[in-house]
Parts: sequence; structure tokens; C-alpha cells
Amino acid sequence: MLAASCCDRRMCVCPGPRRIAIPVRSSRLPLLSDAMPAPAHLFPLIRNCEISRIGSTACYCHHKHLCCLSSHFAHSHFRYAPQKKFAALYRPKEHFNHFIHARDYASTPQRFYLTPPQVNSILKANEYSFKVPEFDGKNVSSVLGFDSNQLPANAPIEDRRSAATCLQTRGMLLGVFDGHAGCACAQAVSERLFYYIAVSLLPHETLLEIENAVESGRALLPILQWHKHPNDYFSKEASKLYFNSLRTYWQELIDLNSGETTDVREALVNAFKRLDNDISLEAQVGDPNSFLNYLVLRVAFSGSTACVAHVDGVDLHVANTGDSRAMLGVQEEDGSWSAVNLSYDHNAQNEHEVERVKMEHPKSEEKSLVKQDRLLGLLMPFRAFGDVKFKWSIELQKRVVESGPDQLNENEYTKFIPPNYYTPPYLTAEPEVIHHRLRPQDKFLVLATDGLWETMHRQDVARIVGEYLTGVHHQQPIAVGGYKVTLGQMHGLLTERRARISSVFEDQNAATHLIRHAVGNNEFGTVDHERLSKMLSLPEELARMYRDDITIIVVQFNSHVIGAYQNEEL
Amino acid sequence: MFLRLLSDIQWRAAHPKWRRMTSSQRSTSTTAEPHPVSLPAQAQVVICGGGIMGTSVAYHLSKMGFKDIVLLEQGRLAAGTTRFCAGIVSTARPVSIELKMAHYSNKLYQQLEQETGVQTGYMKTGSISLAQTQDRLISLKRIASSLNVMGIPCEIISPKKVLQLHPMINIHDLVGAMYVPEDALVSSANVSLALATAASRNGVQIHERTSVSHVTIQKGQVTGVETDRGRIQCEYFVNCAGQWAYELGHSGEEPVHIPVHACEHFYLLTHPLQEPLSNSLPTIVDLDGRIYIRNWQGGILSGGFEKNPKPLFTEGRNQLEIQNLQEDWDHFGPLLSALLRRMPGLEALQIMQLVNCPESFTPDMRCIMGESSTARGYFVLAGMNSAGISYGGGAGKYLAEWIVNGYPSENVWPLDLKRFGTLQSSRTFLRHRVMEVMPLMYDLKVPRWDFQTGRQLRTSPLYDRLDAQGARWMEKHGFERVKYFVPPGSDLLDLDHSKTFYKPDWFDIVGSEVKCCKEAVCVIDMSSFTKFEISSTGDQALESLQYLFSNDLDVPVGHVVHTGMLNEKGGYENDCSIARLSKRSFFMISPTDQQVHCWAWLKNRLPDDSNLVLEDVTWKYTALNLIGPRAVDVLSELSYAPMTAEHFPSLFCKEMSVGYANGIRVMSITHTGEPGFVLYIPIEYALHVYNEVMNMGQKYGIRNAGYYALRSLRIEKFFAFWGQDLDAFTTPMECGREFQVKLDKGIEFLGQDALLEQKQNGVYKRFTMFILEDHDTDMDLWPWWGEPIFRNGRYVGKTTSSAYSYTLERHVCLGFVHHFDEQTGEELVVTTDFINQGEYEIDIAGQRFQAKAKLYPFSSLFAQRRRKDEVELSGYQRE
Repeated sequence: MLAASCCDRRMCVCPGPRRIAIPVRSSRLPLLSDAMPAPAHLFPLIRNCEISRIGSTACYCHHKHLCCLSSHFAHSHFRYAPQKKFAALYRPKEHFNHFIHARDYASTPQRFYLTPPQVNSILKANEYSFKVPEFDGKNVSSVLGFDSNQLPANAPIEDRRSAATCLQTRGMLLGVFDGHAGCACAQAVSERLFYYIAVSLLPHETLLEIENAVESGRALLPILQWHKHPNDYFSKEASKLYFNSLRTYWQELIDLNSGETTDVREALVNAFKRLDNDISLEAQVGDPNSFLNYLVLRVAFSGSTACVAHVDGVDLHVANTGDSRAMLGVQEEDGSWSAVNLSYDHNAQNEHEVERVKMEHPKSEEKSLVKQDRLLGLLMPFRAFGDVKFKWSIELQKRVVESGPDQLNENEYTKFIPPNYYTPPYLTAEPEVIHHRLRPQDKFLVLATDGLWETMHRQDVARIVGEYLTGVHHQQPIAVGGYKVTLGQMHGLLTERRARISSVFEDQNAATHLIRHAVGNNEFGTVDHERLSKMLSLPEELARMYRDDITIIVVQFNSHVIGAYQNEEL
Repeated sequence: MFLRLLSDIQWRAAHPKWRRMTSSQRSTSTTAEPHPVSLPAQAQVVICGGGIMGTSVAYHLSKMGFKDIVLLEQGRLAAGTTRFCAGIVSTARPVSIELKMAHYSNKLYQQLEQETGVQTGYMKTGSISLAQTQDRLISLKRIASSLNVMGIPCEIISPKKVLQLHPMINIHDLVGAMYVPEDALVSSANVSLALATAASRNGVQIHERTSVSHVTIQKGQVTGVETDRGRIQCEYFVNCAGQWAYELGHSGEEPVHIPVHACEHFYLLTHPLQEPLSNSLPTIVDLDGRIYIRNWQGGILSGGFEKNPKPLFTEGRNQLEIQNLQEDWDHFGPLLSALLRRMPGLEALQIMQLVNCPESFTPDMRCIMGESSTARGYFVLAGMNSAGISYGGGAGKYLAEWIVNGYPSENVWPLDLKRFGTLQSSRTFLRHRVMEVMPLMYDLKVPRWDFQTGRQLRTSPLYDRLDAQGARWMEKHGFERVKYFVPPGSDLLDLDHSKTFYKPDWFDIVGSEVKCCKEAVCVIDMSSFTKFEISSTGDQALESLQYLFSNDLDVPVGHVVHTGMLNEKGGYENDCSIARLSKRSFFMISPTDQQVHCWAWLKNRLPDDSNLVLEDVTWKYTALNLIGPRAVDVLSELSYAPMTAEHFPSLFCKEMSVGYANGIRVMSITHTGEPGFVLYIPIEYALHVYNEVMNMGQKYGIRNAGYYALRSLRIEKFFAFWGQDLDAFTTPMECGREFQVKLDKGIEFLGQDALLEQKQNGVYKRFTMFILEDHDTDMDLWPWWGEPIFRNGRYVGKTTSSAYSYTLERHVCLGFVHHFDEQTGEELVVTTDFINQGEYEIDIAGQRFQAKAKLYPFSSLFAQRRRKDEVELSGYQRE
């Protein structure tokens, strides 16, 4: 069982294996529980590969791009998978057995654990916090701030995150993007989408002002203030290209001037669709610069989901495309925590989504549309940016690939046409938008890629974040009252309580805290250091089998401000 | 109810009249009932606060003959912090005046039960302060030295002796301890009630459940008190409101700033041990463990001063909430660990209660007493830093003396309210500072300690420039001043490791700064000094100043005069330099911490004349002190004016241009005795002038220097500092400054009679310089201040300041020598012969060092010979 499923996972048609691969997702958890009690399977492996690499894993955080390290090892063994793609797909077991056996000559299994500080440095490498600045000691925004973090499983990580404050309109934008078939598309969407949304929200006059400024070469009004972790980069090379596409968009908006005030829902939908359209067009048109040309093609041929929240006062809009998820943490009157979904997953588990896809295509395709819970038997999310393989006609794909650069031609995946591909497009980037009016009991919003949701139930997420944000207050103060307590007993009790508190306060970041639980939770729902250590010391090429990239943004709301809004309206 | 346990209300029974008055209140303690006794319409003194402080003031005032006294208490007597107080009377205090107060309190409480008939629970148990480290033992030895010379029994004992005195103590980690056998335990509430009883017998009217809403002040004078039961006219008001002193001070139209802030303080009460603890077991103070432990009803009472205090009532609160404060076991955890480590045998002892009792703290860990600088007749006694019961008796006595006699019988400047101003009254500042002060209670107190919180409030415009050049800072009255400059590349210890009683790590750095002052030129930013301008349309300014200052100020325009500002007894209220800017205006420079006190002193004594203007110009000028033989060259190059002694004699003041900047007040004084100048620069020119001076000075080897260098220079030349060496009880005659007193100036001045009398009869103490002979600077403990001085083996006084002289390569201590009669202890006249004919020793933490006494400085130390009366003998700074 272990070998079989591992192998399935590994044998993939593309560098970003999971999303467009065959195996059944649910095999994951049993796999994990099988593997964990048997470290002997894993750790001799590590030992024999390269002991030194574990050391480098331990100091992971110091090398932002450690992901590159993986290449020499991962690729040496697995590169050939794509070459043998179909063969490999159907002969997985054999391959993996070979893999295991080749390394089974290890002598005595040796346990290796990361120390707590090493674990922390891995978990905290990508954490980021932003506090909305206060004016006159008051924060007038409904958002207090946010914590975000990501933990890679792929190398390099394929998740992206973005956060920005709109400067020309009110509100704050936050989003997580889960890429597949590479990270190019997720990267592009994380850089570009918020600009499309912001522009869609801008009033006519501001658009004119911006256009005039560009026209006359004056300084532009800043549209967004980004809140970025140093590891969150923007591609410099493509900025000109991206800017031109964006400018074309606002020029069209100016021409279309409807005179109506901009509806957030509409703006979100338009921005999503427009950006996806631009990605597609840029790839079709190409670019004289060969580097850029290759880039736009990689963006278009890879894919990305997007889950974006726009918060303006008490109005919270969540636009979602794909299977990332937004969830609201609500504190009930008794102090307990509950979760409210603010997005629908676009995947095979969503009946409406399956229904929609079937509606959009002839009845003859009904059976081939969704196979093994995947779109055309390949793609897990039913909506996504990029992925032109599921959008363009076969002719267009062939034309672009053939005229494209050599690298593209050598890539087996791009040349491969999905089976049963009759009536494209099969995929859309159009989001579903949910509007929610914030109430004082709505304490926080969690945006996260499916890496989190497949290991944790949303109810647990709500409880863990809620308790984290409110601190130790839920720990009842001790009162001696009429009880007979000795000094020694009290001392023991206090020592124990301190130990408990210190584990909560290990993290300064709610997202990190959540990742710690997602990766390290044992059957009792508490973090097990041993387990955490094992999970984090997996070499990159194995990590992907046990967990997915996890990206989390936790937005904390300001209940006082939200309460004041409500009172004003009453 | 636990409170009963601490304070059985028995005092009313002792006094039938009182019982009659309050019986109705007692029976209905929770419901408001018409008060049987109405408030008087007027009184001489109204005291607000019925805790230990208020009752002690009332007790002493009534003893001193004041009859018309009303004491108001918003709740019940002794119901605030006093009721929750742990009741330890401990005399082991590092500050001498606090030690005296505690000593007096102890004696007072001892006989109080006999005097009043109220049981005070007084029990002489003694106390043992434990030392876990050698440094701690040194600090205990220093305290022991000063206790011994006061005649308070005290000894340093071995850990084994500790075990004999208190068999439950774990002594394995101890290096020694200090035993004070006369320290005592009391029930603080009952002490307070006893004092109230005695006061009431002496005619003091006590009204409970009466709260003061505000104090009315007219023309800077207290006129009355508004209460919830009507108004009382009064001459004196005493604010003993404890935690609420700050709020009460701010309740009136004209605020009186009393910088106190409360912190939660926890202590633990237990049930009795199986074999109940004897009530004569000594109190244990485990300073390194941050806890105290006393016996209490067969069990123990133990509290402490944790590292992470919890300040409260920052935004002011309903007073009654003090009753409802929560126990916080998690917070008490570390102290509980320390307790069980010290007394492991207590593991099985049962807890009775964890008491949360807020204590009020002050910004410098010393209590606050005295008269407000803005309202005459408004007295304050508050901020006891959790030593209220130890200080209560003495503090009340001193404050009563202050009201009755105009000043206490001891120098209480270290506790004077006027050491603070409005700048220490920010709640944010207080909140942050008390969080540092409370743990400091039990921290090791080493010389030259600087507070780390509440800093960078007042700064010179050059602050950033100096900071970038390696300045290390200390703070005085909120003003940042440079201690010394760390040269690039040199490594100093971090704050915690730099704590030492021995040679400090900056020794060589300061040495090189001193050398530069002696051989080239140094610049010190001295902007913190208090600067006043006094001017008038006619001769009023001169006339008033001639009366208020002892030296003759009728000097030609452009002259600078060093003079004392004396009180009626001839004692120094202030020591300052005054420049005559014109016929009718004067520029006065005083120590930094004189800003509030000197202002109030002058305001109260200058005639109420609109043509006479007193202005505080401290903030207008940056002061740069150029010290050294080459200062002349730097300044003359920058101003194209000859600066040599012929053109610019010593003690001279002239407005001139320096660089591009005009209107710089240049004075040929340096406050050190070295040649040089102080430039008073309007602040907008400060950076310019500083840059010019540094650029021009380069070829003369100029460098920055700090106050530590200044201090070393001044002390080796025997310059006294006001606030450290000089105080309201020191006259110019006693410190060799007769030449600054012009008894014959033709105008009567304040203190003249007292000085005349001293001149005839001689002085009873004499300021003396001591050069340590057999002291090894590298290996021996350094003197600080407060070290006892022995003459021919007999105690004659204490040092007041000390510094290492890089020129003499010896330590120099300054201090006062008394002449106590060998039989009676009576103070006798101190003559020059008496000083010169003694063999002296200085006691540093129990070790005595030979010292040579001198009454005049080494003339060889002065770079240029000057006429004797030109020698500036002035000093402004305290450590």
C-alpha cells in the first residue's frame, strides 16, 4: 500500500505533480499514518542520500532558495519520469520498489530529529505580519492586521500569496494562489490580479487622471501599497509587458465609461476574467524578447487557483476560483469558536460545479468530462487561471507550441493534448463571489490553499486560530477559594501551566501557529514535536508525498470598529 | 474575612469619645447614613488620607502643638494599602535619610502600645538579608557600615549563623547575610489606628467616609478643601492619599504634580505549620530570590518584587476597586519557586490566600514629601515604594516639622517633591518607569546606576551628533547627559555585566578624556543646567538678588559671581553662578535639578512687582563647555577676538560671535577649575557652533568629553556639588567658602545673621577632602558616597562624594567632619587644628583605608595661578 501510493504520486506527467496527476487524493491520510510509525522506511533513506542535506534542511530559513538545492538530487532520480510519462504512469510500482530497494541496504535505522529551534526556524522562514497603523492611537480600519506564512512541499514552492491596501479606493486585498504545473502562473496572478481589481474599482475620474499622467510622462498615482515578505518577489523583466496590458484594460474601461458606481462583485469578476484573458492573449501574441516569450508561455501553460478577499469597512467580498478556501472565524456568545465558509471549492466534490461543467458541454462528453474526480481525468480544480491546455483549441495549442521556443517544444507536457478534448474551453477563471457583512462576532478570516484544508477540518482551524488570537485568556485563572492546596501542589500546577503557555507563545504569527498544528497535530489535536520534526526533515522529493504546499493568511478584524459601523447604521 | 485577621479594630474601644462619635457608622458599615458629626467650617490643617501616613502626620502635628487639625478619610481608617501592608519594619535602607526615618519609626512603634493602649502587634524579631553572591554581600556590608555608625546594631553573619537563627532556611547557595536584630514586625493597620487614637486624644478631628473632591488654591496659596460633605477653609493641606495622591493633585484647577503610580503587589498567607512557627523568628529577605518571608500567625507571609510588575490604575480608577483585585497565581509563580527553594520544608504547608495589594511607586524609588512648588501650604506625603510602614513614623515627623518650623530637622532634599516637576507627571512615563523601579527594589544597587525607562525626554539639539560619536548617556531631571564617549572599536560590557563595586570598565576612557582636558581642549555639552533670567525696569532686580544671595552682585556689567542662595539658617538652598548682563538684568545658572525648587524659592521671595521679571530660559540655550589650555586658541580663531587673560579675564561674561553665529554668551568659567569657557548658544545656532568648534579645534586636539571626566576634575579640586555635598543644612562657612559671602556688602541678606554667628562661634562640621592612601584602584572596592569617616578610630562623619583623580592617581573623597564629644556625644566646634591633627580612615563596605585630610585643594592642580578670590569654587552636579 505504502509503496503503491507513493509511487502513484511520484509518477507524474509534469514537474508539479499532484494537480494534474492520477492518484486518488484520499489515499493520503492512510499513507501518512502508515509511514509515521515506521521511520525506518524514511530515515535510512535520508541518511544514505546525504546526511549533510539534513543539516541544510535544518538551517532552511537561512537559505531562502534552498529549493534549488533539491534539483541535483530530485532530478537525478526523477527527471526521467516525464520522458517515460505514460509508461511510468502505468508501471509505478516497479519503479518505486526499485527506489526503495536501492536504498534498503542501510545498516541500523538511525533516528534523526530536528531540535525545537530548528523546527521553528523552518516554520518561521516565510512568516509575515502586518498591523494596520494607528492614527491618534486609534485604528479606524475594520482590519487590525494580518499574519501570513507558507510552508513549501514542492521545490520550488508553487503557492503564492499577496496582500495590499488600495490607495485610491478604500479597502484591503488579500489572496492566496495555488499553482500547478509549475509556479509561473501563480506568480503572475499574484503580481497582477490586485492591479486588475484595483483598476476595476477606480472611478472614471481617477482612471482619466492616471491615463493622463502616463500620457504626459508624469508620476503615477500609487494604486496599491503592497505588504510583502522579502521572499515574495515581482518579476522585473515582465513588468513593462504587464503594465501595457493593464493600461489597455483601463483605457477600455475609460472608453466604456458607464457612469455607474463600481460594484465590488462585478469588479472582482471582471478583473479575474480580464487577467486570464490577458494571460492567454500574451501567450498567443508572443514577445520578441525570447526570455519574455518563454515566460508568457510558461505562465499560460501552467495554472493557478485564486482566493481573494476584499475588505472595506463591514463589507467583505471573497472571490474564489479553484479549490483554495476562505473561512470566517466566529466567536459565539459562550466564547466558543465556529467556522463559516466564504467560498465554494471548485472541484469534483462540488456537485454544482460538476453540474456546471456538464451543462457547458455536449451530452456526449458527459462521461469523459469528469474522471477520477478530475476534469478530463487530469485536472483537480475545475476553475483556474492559465492552463491554456484546457482552454485553447487543439489547433491553437499546436500552433503556439510549434512556433514557440525550443524549451517549450522539448517539454512533453505542453505538447500533450488532454484526452477527449472536443469542445474547448473546458476551464474558466471566472470566480464565484460571496459577500458578507461583518458583524462584531466575526473575529478573523482565514484564506488558505488546500494544503491546509486537507489536513485540518475548518472547525479545528477556527478553534486553533481563535484561541491563539485571544491568547491564554481562556486558561482560567487559578483561585484557591476554600480548597485545601499546599504550596508544593500549587507550585507543580503553576509549572505545568507555564509549560502549556509557552507552547502557545512559541509563535508570534497566527499562520505559523496554524501550520504547526496542520503539520504536527497528533491524534489528540495537540502538536507532537516528534511528528513535526519528522515531517519537516523529509527531503523535498519526499515531502510532496506527505503534504502539499501550505499557504495561509489570517486576517484579524477590529470588532470595535465593526461594532461602531453597525451602531451608525442602526 | 481575612482583613479582620490583620487588623482587629480595637482602637475605638480605647477611646470612649471616639466610640460615641462613630458607633453608628460601625454598625452600618455598608449603608450611607447621615454623619453624626458635621465637618468644621475651618481648620488650620486638613489632612487627606487615613492610612499610616495621614495618621502619622496628624499624630506628630498634634504633638508639636497644632490643635486645629482635621483628618479626612474617604473610606475607613487604615483601609487602603496600609491595611494590606505586610507589616515589616526594616531599617536596612541604602539612602541615609530613609534609614533615619525607618529608625525613628521603629522606636516610635515600640512604645506606641504603651502610649495609646492600642495593641500594635509590635514584635522585635530582627531581620536577615541573604546574599547569594559576593556582590550582594558587598552591598549588604555597605549598609551594615552605615547602620553601625548610627548606633543601630547590625552584623554580617555566615550562612551557618543564619541556620541557627532560622532553622528552616536552605543555606546551600548563600555566601553570607546581614542580621539586624532590632527590626520588628507590627500590624500596620493597628499602628495606624493607634496613631489616630493618640492624635484624636490630642484634639485632631477624624472624619471617615469623607472624600476630598479638590483643594482650592488662590494666588498660589491653599485656601480650603472641597469635600463631599462641604467645604473646610484651611491654611495647610496635606495630601496623604497614597495611590490616589496623583489624581487628587490633579483634581483642582491648578494641578499639583505628584508622580506616583501603583503596581500590583502580591503576598502569600498560609495556614499555620504543623508545629506553628514561633512569632519571634526573624524576617528573611532573600534579595536575590526577590522575596521576603515573615512569620505570621504560626504560618508564613511571603511576598516579593517580581521582575515583570503589573502596573495598574494608569488611567485613574474608582478607588473602591482596590478591594476587588484578583489573585494572580501565574504571576506569583516565580516568587513561589523562590520561596520553596529558600524554605523547602514548606511544600506541604497549606495556602490560605494570595493577597493582591497595590503599592505606589515613584520615578526614583524614593518617597515624596514636602510642599508643592506652585501652591504654598499644599503638602504631600506619598509614594512609599512599599516601605510605608518602615517610613511612616519618621516621614510623618519630618513633614510635621516642615509645616510647623518651615523645614524638617534633617536634610530631606532626596525626598523633596520639588525634585520633580511637570515633566515627571506623564502617566505613560510613570507607568513605564515604575515597571523598572519595582523590580529594582531588590536588585543589586551599584554606583552610577541609570534608569533605562522614560529616557530621551529632554535632549540637547546636539543629541544625535554626540550619540553618533559614541556617547553613553545618563539622565538628570529628564535631560540626557553624556557620561563619556566610547571610542570606535572599543568594547564595553553590556549593561548587566557592567554592574560593579570595583573599577568600572570606562576607567581608561574617562582617563583619556581627563588627560585631554588637562593638555588640549575638550567640549562637554552642559545644556541641562537650569538657566534663569532676572530683569527689571529699575533697580528692583539688583536689590532683590542682593537680599537673596550671599555674595555681592553689585559688580560691573560682564562679571560672573559664584554665590550661594541661602536660607535663614545660612544653609545652601542653591549654589549658582550669576552673570550681570546689564545694569538691570542677570543671568543665573544653577544645577539641573534645581529647576523646580529654585523657581519656587525665588517666586515666593521676589516682591510681587510687575516690573520685575523672572524667566526660565533653560530651553533657550545650549551650553558648550570648552575645557583645557587650548580653549583660548579655538575660541579666538573662531571669533577673531583676543581671548587671553588680559582681554578676557576669568569670571567674565561677554556676548560675541562664534563662527557665523552672533549673540553667543561666552563666560570664562568651566565649573572645573580648569581654564576654559562656557558658551551659551541660542539653540538654533547650537549645531553650527558645535561644528565650527570641532572643526577649528581639530588642530588643537579637541575631543568630546562627558560628565564623568568633569566630575573627576571637579572633585580633585575640592569643588562641592549642591545636592550631593551641599544642602540646606550646610553653610558657606562650613565648606571653606567664606570668600563667597560678603557680610559687609552693606545690604542685609538672607542667612546673614546665622553666618555672622557662625563666624564668631565657629562651625560644627567642616567640609574636608580625603586622599585615599593605601587604596588599590584595580583591586579594592571603590568609594561611592555615604562611607563613614573615622578620625583616630572614632566615627566623625560620612563622605558625600568621591572620584578617582587621574592627576593624583588616587581616589579623592569629599565629606564632612564633625567633632563629637567622647563622653556625651555632643557636637563640638570643629577647628582647623582638629582637622589637621587627626589620623583618618574611610570605611568602604567594612574595610578601612587610610586617608589624608586636606582643607584646601592642591594649588599645583590649577593650571594658572590666580588670585584666591578668583578661584571658582562652584559645583552643580550630583552623581
